[in-house]
Amino acid sequence: MSHEKRTLEFYVLAAFFALFVLFLYGPLSAILILSFQGETGGLTFPLNGVSLHWFANLFERQSVGDFGGSFKRSLVLGLMVMIVTVVVSLLAGLAFRRKFRGATALFYLAVASLVVPSIIISLGIGVVFQQVGLRPAWYTSAFGAHLTWTLPFGVLIMFAVFNRFSPAYEEAARDLGATSWQTFVHVVLPMIAPSLIGVGLFGFTLSYDEFARTLMTSGTFNTLPLEIYGMTTNVTTPVLYALGTVTTVFSFLVILATLGAILYVGRRRARA
Amino acid sequence: MTVALERPTIAASPTGRRRRFSLGAVTPYLQSAPLALILGAFLLLPIIMIVVVSFWDYDFAAMYPDFLTTNYSDVLGSWVTWKTYLNTIKFAAIVWALTLFIGFWVAYFLAFHIRTTAMQMVLFLVCTVPFLTSNIIRMISWIPVLGRNGLINSTLVHMGLVPKPIEWLLYSEFAVVLAMVHLYTLFMVTPIFNTLMRIDRSLVEAARDAGASGWQVLWNVIIPLAKPGMAIGTIFVVTLVMADFSTVQVMSGGQSASVALMMKNQMSLLQYPAAAANAVVLLVLVLLMVAGILRIVDIRREL
Repeated sequence: MSHEKRTLEFYVLAAFFALFVLFLYGPLSAILILSFQGETGGLTFPLNGVSLHWFANLFERQSVGDFGGSFKRSLVLGLMVMIVTVVVSLLAGLAFRRKFRGATALFYLAVASLVVPSIIISLGIGVVFQQVGLRPAWYTSAFGAHLTWTLPFGVLIMFAVFNRFSPAYEEAARDLGATSWQTFVHVVLPMIAPSLIGVGLFGFTLSYDEFARTLMTSGTFNTLPLEIYGMTTNVTTPVLYALGTVTTVFSFLVILATLGAILYVGRRRARA
Repeated sequence: MTVALERPTIAASPTGRRRRFSLGAVTPYLQSAPLALILGAFLLLPIIMIVVVSFWDYDFAAMYPDFLTTNYSDVLGSWVTWKTYLNTIKFAAIVWALTLFIGFWVAYFLAFHIRTTAMQMVLFLVCTVPFLTSNIIRMISWIPVLGRNGLINSTLVHMGLVPKPIEWLLYSEFAVVLAMVHLYTLFMVTPIFNTLMRIDRSLVEAARDAGASGWQVLWNVIIPLAKPGMAIGTIFVVTLVMADFSTVQVMSGGQSASVALMMKNQMSLLQYPAAAANAVVLLVLVLLMVAGILRIVDIRREL
């Protein structure tokens, strides 16, 4: 298999794959370039000069809603969701390693959380808060709404991780006299650390970009995606692209940092 | 330092071990409790509330507890609703077919034609990264490409292929489908790639030795074994398209409708019971579709 000659099939599929990557990144790079549009330029090519005008525009309060505030809210909310997703998914993953009553029901509830349309969850949480007499806010109702989106991903990933996890390591640790807590901290945790970092990345980015579930649950103050969604209907200058560039670059940095962390943890484990 | 930290645990271990025995049976319940509580409060309770509210009465100001079926007869009795549901299902079918086709070939290329694991991971990441950025930004990014004066139109006009810009590229059903394929193909690539990677390569070799041609191997060995991945991808894509309102709203420029968009409009008019009745109908439809797919595949075995 490994050293056959490349067939025609390979070249056709390689071209198809290249087109797919172009399809994924082409439009994104278009707005990246256009966000440096000159002051007199519009929403499409050609560039009328190159400037940072639209980035500067971004930080003026009146031109685009409350960019700084909504960014800060999305960031904090993303971190909250990330921490809870990692902890709760890990615990649930551990629970699913054993048989317990309701395990199947809970598993399918998690799957349901993934397939129930976002807007229904948004509406439901909105109505519950209204009937109970609580005011929806990004750190209560939207927080819960985001968790219904990130937790199933986290739980499914942990489920897959523990499916492939050999209990031999834990048995060995126990035979050497380790307590169950020691086994968990010194054996299990280091082995699943890269997956946990991955779950954290999912938790953060899914929350940071989520808006269908935030629609009815964010309360008075918008998160960043809601702010951007509002802008799509009433902003007709490249400031929209500048915002897109800034948030996309931020997402890329988060992904890079995560990959770096996974590689670092992996290498440290290899050295140990 | 570490030794000093560990000592107390070791000293406590006999009691700890005895406690683990009595706690053993309770542990999984304690470990799964946070997940159950969060999903109970923010998934089950809201859905139950929607079902309850869908029977309530309402006017322009508030909702009134009641047991009416008029919300449902309004939803199911209106020609507009049926057309909107058909339109949504049409989008789901088209996007499903396209993402399945693209997703399979991309996953197949990665799994069977890339020879080193490192390269596989790099190319897979290249496909994954856009998924971790904002959906709305990715939708907006089509505007400079598809717009009236966008890249495609100006190129076509410049080359003299069309006399004037094509109008239906942006703000049309074509744009909606294109953006959805752009947003959701990855949900098809990942599960199919996952199943393809788990196919025992000796099966392929055995088929070749038995004289099967490349297409026969693909059709009789690989595709049947990839079906679980395709089913999981289908669940993702179909439920995402059925629930979509933003792509339809932004990319059709208000010229097309979907069930979720109809719900969103009812919600902005504060017609919550009407939206709730719609939600129940949509939810039943989506769950029926998923249940149908789950008959083909056992997710727990595929993870």
